[in-house]
Amino acid sequence: MNRPLLCTDGLVKRFGGLAATDGLSLSVAEGELHALIGPNGAGKTTLIGQLSGELSPDSGTILFDGRDVTSLPVHKRAQRGLARSFQITSIFPSFTALDNVALAVQAHAGHSFRFWRDAARDRRLADPARAVLERVGLGARADTRADALAHGEKRQLELAMALATGPRLLLLDEPMAGMGPEDSARMVELLQELKGGVTILLVEHDMDAVFALADRITVLVRGKDLASGTPAEIRNDPAVREAYLGDELEVA
Amino acid sequence: MSGPTHAADATFCVQARPTVRKDGPTDWPTDWLTAPLFRPSMPPTAPRTALLTRPRIALLVLLAVALALPTVADWMGEPFYVRLATRILVFALAAVSLDLILGFGGMVSFGHAAFVGIGGYAVGILFAHQSDGSTLFGLPGTVNGLIVWPLAMLAGALAALPVGAISLRTTGVPFIMITLAFAQMLFYLMTGLKAYGGDDGIALWSRSTLPAPFNIADHTTFYYVVLGLLVAALVLGWRLVNSRFGRVIRGAKDNERRMAALGYPVTRYKLAAFVIAGALAGLAGALLANATMFVGPQYLHWSRSGDLIVMVVLGGIGTLIGPVLGAAALLLLEEFVPELMDLAHAGLGEHWKIVLGPVLILLVLYARKGLWGVVAGKRP
Repeated sequence: MNRPLLCTDGLVKRFGGLAATDGLSLSVAEGELHALIGPNGAGKTTLIGQLSGELSPDSGTILFDGRDVTSLPVHKRAQRGLARSFQITSIFPSFTALDNVALAVQAHAGHSFRFWRDAARDRRLADPARAVLERVGLGARADTRADALAHGEKRQLELAMALATGPRLLLLDEPMAGMGPEDSARMVELLQELKGGVTILLVEHDMDAVFALADRITVLVRGKDLASGTPAEIRNDPAVREAYLGDELEVA
Repeated sequence: MSGPTHAADATFCVQARPTVRKDGPTDWPTDWLTAPLFRPSMPPTAPRTALLTRPRIALLVLLAVALALPTVADWMGEPFYVRLATRILVFALAAVSLDLILGFGGMVSFGHAAFVGIGGYAVGILFAHQSDGSTLFGLPGTVNGLIVWPLAMLAGALAALPVGAISLRTTGVPFIMITLAFAQMLFYLMTGLKAYGGDDGIALWSRSTLPAPFNIADHTTFYYVVLGLLVAALVLGWRLVNSRFGRVIRGAKDNERRMAALGYPVTRYKLAAFVIAGALAGLAGALLANATMFVGPQYLHWSRSGDLIVMVVLGGIGTLIGPVLGAAALLLLEEFVPELMDLAHAGLGEHWKIVLGPVLILLVLYARKGLWGVVAGKRP
């Protein structure tokens, strides 16, 4: 196993009496696609919130690239290469698809206290943005306003924006949410291509996708790490079978 | 690994040590992402649009009208129109500065008149010291426009800095209320400033002086100076909203949460925009003091802030040029509707806003980009 790029140690987050994250220690190795699964209410969303910086844990630490980022605000974690996509599509509706991605490229290109030059004619933004759109299969829709895109296209754009920041770790929160089987298959294919180039932490309900893609899987139940291992190990783990996977594994 | 690891027996994070990365964090593109699939045959820039589009024609007509106005007013024997038009341009400048933050940054400041008023007071206070020969912080007063007007901008910016820094910790209705509260504080502060007229304000008996050939004691020359400054502000604003900086504040208006997730320290950019708008409002205040030859606390009153918002909405929010039309429309209505209503029934003119209300509602309902949307067509 490569050294961990992202690592949490004893992470705890309580909402009232409920521990949504309960002493969680999780390690994502550099270069791997690590999937996070668990039943509804297992604390996946809460964990994503803490990893991205929108929620702060009650105790425990988060290390990213060997450095403590537990108290860093969202934008600083993003600047260090921790990019995320959102479960509910979060794009800039009044911008074109190209400008959505260009804004992500711009975020990565140093400060934006530049007041005079026309950003729309700046090829240092537009060219990489177009390349990323091509990469996710949205090249033909570059000049369409984001709010006019179809649902599947918006999900692709969501991913393109995360990619365009040049991340070291992609935090993908249910990238296939609400997608039809065709779009899902295309997304799996795309993630397969991205795998290895960038470290990915994937939260996903689609078990076929998870078992096809993941190098390692962590099963989260009631805020705790029930088990971590390769897809084969998880498939055969009796504790996992009992707690969660039973029915679905019969299918898979 | 031989079997699944469970949390209890793993030693987490011990291997995690910072490593030296050969590539800097700002290197782009990373080759895994783009190299194999980038097709350079794609058109790199948007296709050119026609030279004479409807918005451009509308702009040229507006500019021609503005340039010809003093001559026409002279022919008609109505020099008063030049002074009315000057007032319109001054308020237009203030409304344009508000549109920068309201229309493009989504910051509904309900206290923008405070920065206009502060700019006005910068002119008034320095005038007062100059006229009685006293000093302010050991410095004499002055009426030199090249000193006073930039100082008015500085005063507007310096006031906007703390107000923005505190207000921008909130969004939505709380932001509206906090900016309103700050503006009212400044209003009462000026009311209490007995040294500078308190309630009564400061009457100026001369305008600021500019080097030759700009003798702005002459109403027509002053009109053209104000017009020049407004055009400069519009050009500056247009560059600003289309620059990288402008994209950030527009992005923050669309989706602030995503901006943070992309790595933008959003508040910093919004604050910079707020301060720039404050500086432009300060300049508008300096010009207003010169246009009316008076400075008083009423310039900072919340109803003035409301007027500025009305101008922006009426003219076309987020269009920059629209607020100029909005300022013209509001001040012209204010000037002529009461007169007409008084003709119908003496004393009725007091209630002229009964006309303004429906006009505003109709525009908001049927012209989402306001008057500018009507003039320039669908694409602003």
